[in-house]
Amino acid sequence: MAVQLSREQFYEISPADFFYRNRDIAGFSNPARALYSAIRELVENSLDAGELVRQPPDIYVRLTCDGEKGEEGANICTLRVEDNGSGVPARHIPQAFGQVFYGSKYRLRQTRGTFGLGGTMAILYGQITTNSPVRVVSSADGKRIHDYTLMIDIRNNRPIVLKHQVFSNHDGWRGTIIETKLEGDYSRAMPKILEYFRQTAIVAPYANLTFVDPKGRLYRFERVTENMPKPPEETKPHPYGIDVETMKRIIASTQCRDMVSFLREHFHKIGRITALKFLEFAGIPPRRRPKRLSNDEIVRLVKAMKKFNGFRAPSADCLSPLGVELFKAGIVKELKPEFVSVKQRPPSVYSGYPFIVEVAVAYGGGIPRTGDILLYRFANRIPLLYDEASDVSWKVVHQLMNWRYYKVDPSTDPVAVFVHVCSTKIPYRSVGKEFIADVPEIEREILNGLREAARELSLFLSRKIAVQKEKQRLDIFEKYLPKIARFSAELAGRKPPDIKPLLKSVIKYGLEEEKEG
Amino acid sequence: MGLKRKKKVRKAASVKEKKKTVQQLLTQLGEKVLSQMEAGVFPVIEMPSRSTANIRYDEELRQYVLGDKKIRRTARNIRHLRPFTQLVWLAWTARQLMEQGKTSTLRDIFYMSQAYEIDFKDQAESDDIITDLESVIGYAREDFNIYPEERSAIYGDLEIEYTVPRYEGRRLNLTVHPDGVVIGPALATAEFIDTSAEIVICIEKGAMFTRFLEEEVHRKFKAILVHTAGQAPRATRHLIRRLNDELGLPVYIFCDADPWGMHIAQVIISGSANAAHVRELVTPDAKWAGVWASDIIEWKLPSERFNELDIKRLQELEKDPRYHSELWQREIKIFKKIQRKAEQEAFSRYGLTKIVDEYLPKRLEEMKSY
Repeated sequence: MAVQLSREQFYEISPADFFYRNRDIAGFSNPARALYSAIRELVENSLDAGELVRQPPDIYVRLTCDGEKGEEGANICTLRVEDNGSGVPARHIPQAFGQVFYGSKYRLRQTRGTFGLGGTMAILYGQITTNSPVRVVSSADGKRIHDYTLMIDIRNNRPIVLKHQVFSNHDGWRGTIIETKLEGDYSRAMPKILEYFRQTAIVAPYANLTFVDPKGRLYRFERVTENMPKPPEETKPHPYGIDVETMKRIIASTQCRDMVSFLREHFHKIGRITALKFLEFAGIPPRRRPKRLSNDEIVRLVKAMKKFNGFRAPSADCLSPLGVELFKAGIVKELKPEFVSVKQRPPSVYSGYPFIVEVAVAYGGGIPRTGDILLYRFANRIPLLYDEASDVSWKVVHQLMNWRYYKVDPSTDPVAVFVHVCSTKIPYRSVGKEFIADVPEIEREILNGLREAARELSLFLSRKIAVQKEKQRLDIFEKYLPKIARFSAELAGRKPPDIKPLLKSVIKYGLEEEKEG
Repeated sequence: MGLKRKKKVRKAASVKEKKKTVQQLLTQLGEKVLSQMEAGVFPVIEMPSRSTANIRYDEELRQYVLGDKKIRRTARNIRHLRPFTQLVWLAWTARQLMEQGKTSTLRDIFYMSQAYEIDFKDQAESDDIITDLESVIGYAREDFNIYPEERSAIYGDLEIEYTVPRYEGRRLNLTVHPDGVVIGPALATAEFIDTSAEIVICIEKGAMFTRFLEEEVHRKFKAILVHTAGQAPRATRHLIRRLNDELGLPVYIFCDADPWGMHIAQVIISGSANAAHVRELVTPDAKWAGVWASDIIEWKLPSERFNELDIKRLQELEKDPRYHSELWQREIKIFKKIQRKAEQEAFSRYGLTKIVDEYLPKRLEEMKSY
């Protein structure tokens, strides 16, 4: 678990209130969606835990459901997720899994979790719907294994440890096992859950994913590489993306005693000279104590940050794109296309947030002909499965791209498009966090990337057409020359001639022709 | 029947000899293609171009002929390959037909090709290849035993001798059947033996042909009657030519009084551009004997106004070199003036026998001066 407890500050809020208020936006609106969200949150934690220690993840998910169907087809399910990741240090386990945190927003990091709550939400949902504890087994050091049985004290937002056992770890196992009960509707959630695993396998080709569903069916997605992308780093926010509320929170928490050190300490890529220039621009004395700033001054400061031209662009070093090789490996592994082109765009910036767009275009092979271009969307290395038509990628693929120009007929050709956006802040258009807003900068990068990839596809298709034509040409000679030989020989009353030299010469002739073309 | 022997009858071997020649030409075509392949080169076939630029009217032959332009069809060219194969197959098939003494039709050829995966897209394509083979060897398809579907008929005192298998040597008088005898492959290849007839009358319409038979035109005018059934099929045109050429009989043609009827007569006389690559289909001495535009006025025939197509067709004919002679030009002018047309049957307005009793003797008498 990648939960940072020291140094950062967390605000405790009533988790029960929070939960009920945010049931829908957190993705737990009904038993089907809740089951999908719970699996997804726990699997993503496991992927993060593996990447944190550069360990290619082995993730095993088992879902069992009892036979009794409750209201709306839901029944009690047991969800067990095992990984070989970093493990959680024993002293953090109760809080990490038994307390709902509201994470600090002063620092930015490219994270998978869509809600900052990770698996805790799944555990809380499970407890609310089944009144059962969660079991967490973990080893972070490889020496001892800690086995906790926990519940959440919802009113006080505290973990209640029901049982804690320590075992010696003979095999040096590292990782985490979480087992929780929750109300779910597998039959309705199944398509999305399977699609989630498949697309996760595309975007995490270095992971082994195993899923055993309630009917005992095994779904296994094997890794094709041990290479993993570099893990994302934390970064300070860029001044351009700061709003008044965030600024107030930073001021409330800062230890700095003057504006220059405040700017240097809390913001991305600001040095002494830039800080002084900016303060002059904003009309705020450099020696001013941050905590003494008036409301008006704070507003002025934030406005000046958006206008000032002297800041350096945010660096994308903190981002962790998948990389061309890995993206390609994932696509090839799951879809086995005849052709794939992957393009990574150079880092870019929107509203002070750095982002990198990676796109791929794949053709033929295992890609079905659906009558339209298949679109796979990923944000910070997680698949986005809902509300495709509202996504910026959909707009680019269906409205901005002129596919015919690239010899692609979207209504008949088996073509799939993959878009991965990674950023310290993904601009989701709504709180549902399943689709990306059409921010012009991102839209432009996706479009440019797709054009690059489509150009390669167009070259491939031209070659393919040329080869097909050549084959057809040879087929025609192979079909007709023997007939000419036969009928002319019978007319002349002689033996049919050997036509192999003629056929051979046709092949050479054909290659020449292709070169010329 | 007292048959009067005609002096101009050719020796009875002409049909058989021609068949032999055609078979040899087909064999030579196969040898030419084969020897090129044996030499390791892609075979090439040359034939006269049938494009309009290469068609001209030969005043001496009095028919359309092809010029010197040739086209080459080579098996090396992917676009030629399929028609090349089709042509060789067709030559092979034609020789098979001739060897076995069988005939086929245009439609039949299209279906026969399917057994050999010769891939004619439709009958129009196979008809084209048949025309190609005519061009290559310079003989009409009837000479290699392929006939069209349409059939016209003939009636009159003419004794023929069949050359087709099972009927070989058998003789027949063409008055044997009261409806006339169908001009099919067997009749087209028959030798003429004897006739008492002195003229040939070609009639466009079936009803009029029957009327002529019923009114015994063949007896009254010593005529052989030929029903062309609209535009005369090539076998019929060839037969008319032979009646004229071998028996020395003058030929008179009666059609509807409109631009289309005129052209039916003209094709019998000077042939069509479509058949410029074959000879012996024309009868340059045949005469267009009616029904003329002037007859509509003179005989007060019930008539109809020209429609747009008629007007357009007439304009085309006016410019056509085949229509340059005096009679044609005179009648075209009258058509242009009256803008009306009449069918052969229009004479029935004045009773069933008027055409035979009055019009025909008068016209045949007049024709002596044309």
